Amino acid sequence: MASDVFGGRVWRFDHDISTDLLSPGQYAVAPVEERKLHVLESVNPRFASDVTPGDILVAGRNFGCGSSRETAPENLKALGVACVAAESLARIFMRNAVAVGLPVIVCRGVHESFADGQQAEIDLSTGRVANLDTGVELRGDPLPEEMRDILSAGGILAKLRSQRGA
Amino acid sequence: MGMTLAEKILARASGRDEVRAGEFVVARIDRAMLHDVFAAGVFDLLLDVGVDGVFDPDRTIVVIDHFVPAPTAAAAALHTRIREHVARLGLPWFYDAGDGICHQIMPEQGHVRPRELIVGTDSHSTTYGALGAGGTGIGTSDMVYALATGKIWMRVPETIRYEFSGQLEPAVTWKDVLLFIAGRFGADSAQYKSMEFAGPGAATADMSSRLTMSNMAVEVGAKFGLFEADEVTSAYLSRRGGEGCEPFGADPDAVYETVHEINLSDLAPQVALPSEIDKVTSVTDAGHVAINQAFIGSCTNGRIEDLRAAAAVLQGRKVAPNVRLLVAPASREVMQEAMAEGVIGTLVEAGATMLAAGCGPCFGGHGGLLGPGERCIGAHNRNFIGRMGSAEAEIMLGSPATVAASAVAGRVADPRDLEVLGGE
Repeated sequence: MASDVFGGRVWRFDHDISTDLLSPGQYAVAPVEERKLHVLESVNPRFASDVTPGDILVAGRNFGCGSSRETAPENLKALGVACVAAESLARIFMRNAVAVGLPVIVCRGVHESFADGQQAEIDLSTGRVANLDTGVELRGDPLPEEMRDILSAGGILAKLRSQRGA
Repeated sequence: MGMTLAEKILARASGRDEVRAGEFVVARIDRAMLHDVFAAGVFDLLLDVGVDGVFDPDRTIVVIDHFVPAPTAAAAALHTRIREHVARLGLPWFYDAGDGICHQIMPEQGHVRPRELIVGTDSHSTTYGALGAGGTGIGTSDMVYALATGKIWMRVPETIRYEFSGQLEPAVTWKDVLLFIAGRFGADSAQYKSMEFAGPGAATADMSSRLTMSNMAVEVGAKFGLFEADEVTSAYLSRRGGEGCEPFGADPDAVYETVHEINLSDLAPQVALPSEIDKVTSVTDAGHVAINQAFIGSCTNGRIEDLRAAAAVLQGRKVAPNVRLLVAPASREVMQEAMAEGVIGTLVEAGATMLAAGCGPCFGGHGGLLGPGERCIGAHNRNFIGRMGSAEAEIMLGSPATVAASAVAGRVADPRDLEVLGGE
């Protein structure tokens, strides 16, 4: 995960997608291989089965709201989602995404600017979010260096391991 | 230039004289709280990265509260693993199944002090802000890092100040105030921010009400939900067997992103309708909304004050036919107080089912879930789709008094509306 730039096919979701939708409570302690099959099933039953590695998730406001369950970003990472771009991200979700090594970006206008299946290109360091189908370019919040460092280490645990020289 | 409560807490934690909103700091944590959904996983990972211990066993609190009593063999096995880890690590502050919900245990058993930075593996760790502590939720990996190093990276949040004036009418509670704030400003209105609950109105809130407010700060996205520490805080700490505290407030010239002024005297009981926390209306404007289940409990509203409020409404009345009223005290101590005062007798006489002191139905785990097409009003904290079982069920939120009144009426009802409720 050396690069800050991601390109891929878009899956678009609406506002207030909660961690209950991203990681339903019934499967909270199930193994990731089982958990990931239920991601967002209440809002888009095709998502978990049809998403392919490198795809990009675009969402509205307050993505990842709700509980502190890290399985929410972990499930998306396990499904191969390359990056989440949302109008706003719930605080703990954003923190957990960085901790597990799932790239995220806050970008106003992103929800309106994409449709399912379009191609997106995202640069975390500059905040550039482009729709390659329509040519629309947006300016999101560049991800601070502190967070990009953790992402490029592969997550907070990888960083801890390297700090300990393990 | 002065500092907000959040800035003061993070300046102290990072060993600096001054920090400003927007800065990144490496902060020393005062305490860490883990509950049964994540504790075993965290301790496993800690071993996996080669760490055989925690930053400070005396400041690491572990609570079994979500799967209580264990609803499945897998949950029981999870609890066994936690007990093994707790014994191996020599953690003195371990609360086993039935002791209570983590966010009740933490202040009740003296694990929260003003000015501290406390992280928990639960989003409602904002609760500790009621005592002027920077409590916030983190995930599993961040907790592993925090336990291993005693440190955590944080961005210093901007602060929104809520300046309260006036006084609440009888039967209007601070739960209603929080729901009003969610409805008025939106479910992500405090995203990444610190909420500061201040002004002469805030000083009138008792500790139980403050805990409810700070608890639900996360429902509008907040990192912290802070009250100043004052005489109410000091008296609470003394009552809980600890030392009282010095006042701890924001500087008068602190810089706020926004200040909202709210007159408490203007508020009526509020209800959050399905299925967003900011879909809020006054109970009187909710119309005729029938219910199948009513729930009083959780880290939000499972305290003795909440059970008393419910009992006051249910005294001499009966839960409506075809409505199930479930009540879960937030801790064993709350349960004991409620028994001693006759509160549980009143609730059960009215038709309530008492549940264990735990999180079961609130997080959709077990013990009071909803089937397709059912509707519940609860005194808990989330009404998301699928939160309490079926994704085709609907959840509404209100104060314990509103939930009790609704249980009697069989539909969403205002606790002030005694004619509708009948009985005494």
